[in-house]
Amino acid sequence: MALLDVRNLSVGVEDGEILHGVSLEINKGETHVLMGPNGAGKSTLGYALMGNPNYKVTGGDIFFNGLSIKNESADKRAKAGMFLSFQNPLEVPGISLSSFIRNSIVQQTGEKIKYSEFKKNLKEAMEVLSFDSAYKDRDLNVGFSGGEKKKAEILQLLMLNPKLAILDETDSGLDVDAVRTVSRGIEEYQKKRDGALLIITHSTRILESLHVDYTHVLVKGNIVETGDGSLVTEINDHGFERFIGGQENN
Amino acid sequence: MAEIKPDVKDIDRSLYDFRYEEKDFYKVKEGLTEDIVRQISKEKNDPEWMTEFRLKALETYNKQTVPEWGPDISGLNMDDIVTYVRPNTAMKGKWSEVPDDIKNTFERLGIPDAERKSLAGVGAQYDSELVYHNVKEEVLAQGVVYTDMESALRDHEDLVKTHFMKLVPPTDHKFAALHGAVWSGGSFVYVPAGVKVEIPLQSYFRLNAPGAGQFEHTLIILEEGADLHFIEGCSAPKYSVANLHAGCVELFVGKNARLRYSTIENWSKNMYNLNTKRAICEEGAKMEWVSGSFGSHVSYLYPTTILKGDDSHMEFTGITFAGKTQNLDTGAKVIQIGKNTSSSISSKSISKDGGISTYRSSVTVMPEAKNAKATVSCQSLMLDDISVSDTVPAMDIRTDDADIGHEAKIGRISDDAVFYLMSRGISEDEARAMIVSGFANPVSKELPLEYAVEMNNLINLEMTGG
Repeated sequence: MALLDVRNLSVGVEDGEILHGVSLEINKGETHVLMGPNGAGKSTLGYALMGNPNYKVTGGDIFFNGLSIKNESADKRAKAGMFLSFQNPLEVPGISLSSFIRNSIVQQTGEKIKYSEFKKNLKEAMEVLSFDSAYKDRDLNVGFSGGEKKKAEILQLLMLNPKLAILDETDSGLDVDAVRTVSRGIEEYQKKRDGALLIITHSTRILESLHVDYTHVLVKGNIVETGDGSLVTEINDHGFERFIGGQENN
Repeated sequence: MAEIKPDVKDIDRSLYDFRYEEKDFYKVKEGLTEDIVRQISKEKNDPEWMTEFRLKALETYNKQTVPEWGPDISGLNMDDIVTYVRPNTAMKGKWSEVPDDIKNTFERLGIPDAERKSLAGVGAQYDSELVYHNVKEEVLAQGVVYTDMESALRDHEDLVKTHFMKLVPPTDHKFAALHGAVWSGGSFVYVPAGVKVEIPLQSYFRLNAPGAGQFEHTLIILEEGADLHFIEGCSAPKYSVANLHAGCVELFVGKNARLRYSTIENWSKNMYNLNTKRAICEEGAKMEWVSGSFGSHVSYLYPTTILKGDDSHMEFTGITFAGKTQNLDTGAKVIQIGKNTSSSISSKSISKDGGISTYRSSVTVMPEAKNAKATVSCQSLMLDDISVSDTVPAMDIRTDDADIGHEAKIGRISDDAVFYLMSRGISEDEARAMIVSGFANPVSKELPLEYAVEMNNLINLEMTGG
């Protein structure tokens, strides 16, 4: 049984339908990459999978661990083991990064964790990301640079340890060094924890150090091609032109 | 900072919303007449000047009109209000001597526990009179006086006479006049020159009797170089009839002294809270207000500071939470007179379920206040489309070298932020409560830990419908 089984999923917002029958299967420990030109609906898929109420499922279904989660709220999906790293993480004043993470862990597991143990895990995860430990006491994402916000997302990924992580444009707006640091965190999740990944990106820089099992190309709300990791290289060399052309001929 | 604890939801309204019968209590009749004022004065063994003071204040009250610029108070009928309810006990210095039902009330509010853990002294008022007062020996040994106003009137009559309602005269407004006529209870604090009281003193005011008014008077005098943190708490069970709170707080902060005055107010939602608080700062003095307004049906509350001395300073940090059926008009005022004075007002308000929250402030810089500095910042958060938030900041600057800053922000909880928190496994209610607690955090950070926790509990209670 696949960990995530997306069946013929259509998703719309107020202005109309964006995804038109997307199907996708992700097994435990697999890394999938979703690529596509701007406006293809990549982030929409991420939001719809995580349960953003502004993105309505108009057809098809989503199964996680064999259960339909189409009608579950985002917090239930998170508790089931899903995680979304946001393209633009929100700023929440008055809640420190560390107490937010601790709260999330308590909410997800329903159990208190020992403060000493939490502190140790947090310190280790921050070291993986070369993340200045002073940030743990700062208000969640408030005044963080783009790179720091993405580090904070990956820090949450490492601390929450989900079964499936959807990374939405985690590399956008980052300089070369920051991309490298962030991918180190993702690699840690992928290799040491055998986590499954759906990496949404329109560039390939973040994938350089990661093993990729499958690549999907999303164009105008449809997956038009699925291949292995080598598809990433092809897109890197030639762009999306071939797929966009193919779509127009349909 | 205070952690947001998910288990706070378990606390329900019954924490505040319980009552005992006021059996054997002495009560005056409802309404306000010269006879009733004389009766209160007699019951309290006032010195003659105080009786005269009361009667004069009553005259003023009868002449004054109700304010027409704030929330509606037409639901308050003075003919229905009992202005004096004396519990069936004299003031005690040991909890074990306080009658059980009254003691239980304060036990449930956590007062004796807080006293043991973190306070230098406690006063507890039940309806119109103090039922308990106690100060730690070492604080007394420093020459600090902390007692109820009645004892102060007896034992420190000169100090009371020269300060009582000098900052807030009965002519100030109708409810100051009412206070002058029927006041009872409250605390008196005197801190001698150079004495720093290391841990806070707290007075807790509990109004138990339905249809009653509470009119406690708090008078604090800090001599040169003294330092004090005073905490005030208040609550009441909910009744279907109107209750009235018209307290008065007068704070005299001497040269280079520092006073911090913290309040967590959680009156029940049938309460008209028409309270007046005022401080005056001498040269180099510092006044700090921390104010949390959660309860009452209607509030008019604007702690005022007069920066009389050169180089004096005031800081106000406040939060107001207006829920269903609440119309809370709160803020702060400052009058800067001395040279190089500075003031900083930071206010937050939250409105929910049709609650109305109005921020009202005024900053006055007098012509002689050279090199004055003032900053005002107010932020409002509206939690739904039916709630109302307003800001009415006034500034009257009469110098040409003042440094003035003002910032106002009104916002709503963003759906994106709620989704963000939910995507980490936090429920929708919890996510909203976290965002609101976060918004309130700069205020709770200013409070001692126990009170910060209480404030977060109150927010959670409001947010989850307790």
